[in-house]
Amino acid sequence: MDGENKPRVAVHKFSSCDGCQLALLNLGEDLLTLAARVELVHFAEAGPTNPDAWVDVAFVEGSMSTPEDIERIRRIREQSRVLIAIGACAVSGGIQGLRNQADGAAWIAQLYEHPGAIASLAQSTPVSAHVKVDFELYGCPVDSAQMLAAVNALLLGAVPRASTDKVCTECKRQGHPCVMVSRGIACLGPVTRSGCGALCPSLGRDCYGCYGPAENANTDALTAQFARLGLDATAIRQRFQGINSQAPVFLAAAQRTGAGHD
Amino acid sequence: MTETTRSVEIHVPVLARVEGEGALDLVIENGNITRLRLRIFEPPRFFEKFLEGHHYSEIPDLVARICGICPVAYQVTAAQALEQLYGVELTPWARALRRALYCGEWLQSHSLHVHLLAAPDYFGCNSAIELAQIAPDVVRRGLRLQALGNELMDLIGTRSVHPVGVRVGGFHAAPPVARVRELRVRLLTALSEAEALVRWAAAIPLPPDEQAFVSVAMRHAHDYAIEAGDIAASDGLQIGADAYDAHFAERHEPHSTALYSSYRGQPYLVGPLARLNLNHDRLPSQLCSLLVETGFALPSRNVFHSLVARAVEIWLALDEAARLLADYTLPDAPWVPVEPRAGVATGCTEAPRGLLWHRYQMDADGRVVNARIVPPTSQNQARIEADLQQSLLAFGLDRPDEALRLHCEKVIRNYDPCISCATHFLRLNVERT
Repeated sequence: MDGENKPRVAVHKFSSCDGCQLALLNLGEDLLTLAARVELVHFAEAGPTNPDAWVDVAFVEGSMSTPEDIERIRRIREQSRVLIAIGACAVSGGIQGLRNQADGAAWIAQLYEHPGAIASLAQSTPVSAHVKVDFELYGCPVDSAQMLAAVNALLLGAVPRASTDKVCTECKRQGHPCVMVSRGIACLGPVTRSGCGALCPSLGRDCYGCYGPAENANTDALTAQFARLGLDATAIRQRFQGINSQAPVFLAAAQRTGAGHD
Repeated sequence: MTETTRSVEIHVPVLARVEGEGALDLVIENGNITRLRLRIFEPPRFFEKFLEGHHYSEIPDLVARICGICPVAYQVTAAQALEQLYGVELTPWARALRRALYCGEWLQSHSLHVHLLAAPDYFGCNSAIELAQIAPDVVRRGLRLQALGNELMDLIGTRSVHPVGVRVGGFHAAPPVARVRELRVRLLTALSEAEALVRWAAAIPLPPDEQAFVSVAMRHAHDYAIEAGDIAASDGLQIGADAYDAHFAERHEPHSTALYSSYRGQPYLVGPLARLNLNHDRLPSQLCSLLVETGFALPSRNVFHSLVARAVEIWLALDEAARLLADYTLPDAPWVPVEPRAGVATGCTEAPRGLLWHRYQMDADGRVVNARIVPPTSQNQARIEADLQQSLLAFGLDRPDEALRLHCEKVIRNYDPCISCATHFLRLNVERT
């Protein structure tokens, strides 16, 4: 593949922790292999800055949380053949989406001496709330293998496939004892999308939902189970209001608990 | 009209190779800097507010999300602050593993910064990918060290970005002996690569830029301070984490979403160079000999030495992790039980970018009443502005705008500002009149 025909790739950052970009920056020596196969047109943290150039694939990390973000994501969409949202922030508004149910203006006034100088929208929203997204990669963080599989599929002209299993299924396959059944721990595995490798239950702890809601997630049944384990409405709401708090399925489950906000 | 009196404006939309986004406004009037402002506009993420009402057991998982590059710093600082409030004594096994996990993060973060972010500047390259074309062995060595840091974090924390293994009271589970032994061998093997890295970094011609500043870092009775110790300053201050507020202040400037910190009303330096300035007497003798050989003298008043300081701490992190994991065995229990109580939890550790301070007011049920987190980047922000002011004068204000911009970026990168944590980066607007 010569330089002329290399797919042009951009990585854009919005409100985030930078952790999903690390899926590329942490590739080690494979990063140089990737750089040889694609043309990294814009990837500010790695060096190239050309945010407005046409690309074949744009990866977008982070949630939309300022008026400027909305304008920027529209320009990116216009300049990208394929737009992939990477990670919980870009897919579901992220942990900072926890402010969506709060009084943002009051929070700014409590944290900053000059509240008028802080440009911030009332809501932290996913990319798909503003522009068409071709593919969403879940996870907090997304993992490198998942990112490379998506890039490879796109290079071959295929549509990347997302996992539809639940963490529960992955956990059973690996043969871990169920933390909820055996130890009464309030685990989100039954309703969470797989992809992490069932890491938390493998340590004997609760899944806390990094990959967001799985397909056909029965959150009502899980809410009932959490109540049987002794969690009150607030604790149940907080279980669903974590890393992927604004994912519609988790948001609805949290609201059905009837618990108010702290 | 001379060079310094023309009126020019430079606009660079995004500063490359920093973690986040910001801008620098520079006004030069008649050969003098009349305005210099570093503006950070990473949108606020309100972590301190949404922690309120959450149970102590959730805090390590939540605060990790402040920074994907240094999640361990946030997790360990929070866990230790809470452990102290709850009167929990970690087992020596858990203490050693926490410090080894932290070494993994230093190794990963420093290697990323040295090779992917800072070094290209000194070789006329725009990225590590370009640098790899002229110095492939150097870049590959850096990426291997970074990968090893990630492996160490993955081994102990079960995932390198946002680890899931840390809990208040210790760890959720113990890593298997065979994997620890295997990785320890590779840590020891990598020491020779780290030594070559220190020699390479020390030989890079850096701008001579001596400045006066106060260094602030943690200091421990006998170890090189990472996760434990008092807060010390180069003027002799030595205090516990709970006294931080009495000596350090934060203020908000309207041009930035990061808060500015000051010590006795003055800017101060945190990070690898501040740590080495205060703790070079805590380095292992083998590393001291290497520094003597390379001619890297400490303490240093040249912040450009931060690149060398990171290389030194990469060697240290490898050596320290290998020492901590020697004779590793499985513990009776990876964690000790915790009984919450009401009160104020304060704690600090040395994140890769410098001192990180947390304060949590907790209720009797173990829930957060309020939280305050002071990350290293906001502590360095006033110092970066003071540095730019002096460094630009030394560099020469009559240089072309492009040279000024590059110099500003180099200065700012010395601090490895992790703007996600505080807070994005560099539009340079130069106005000359």
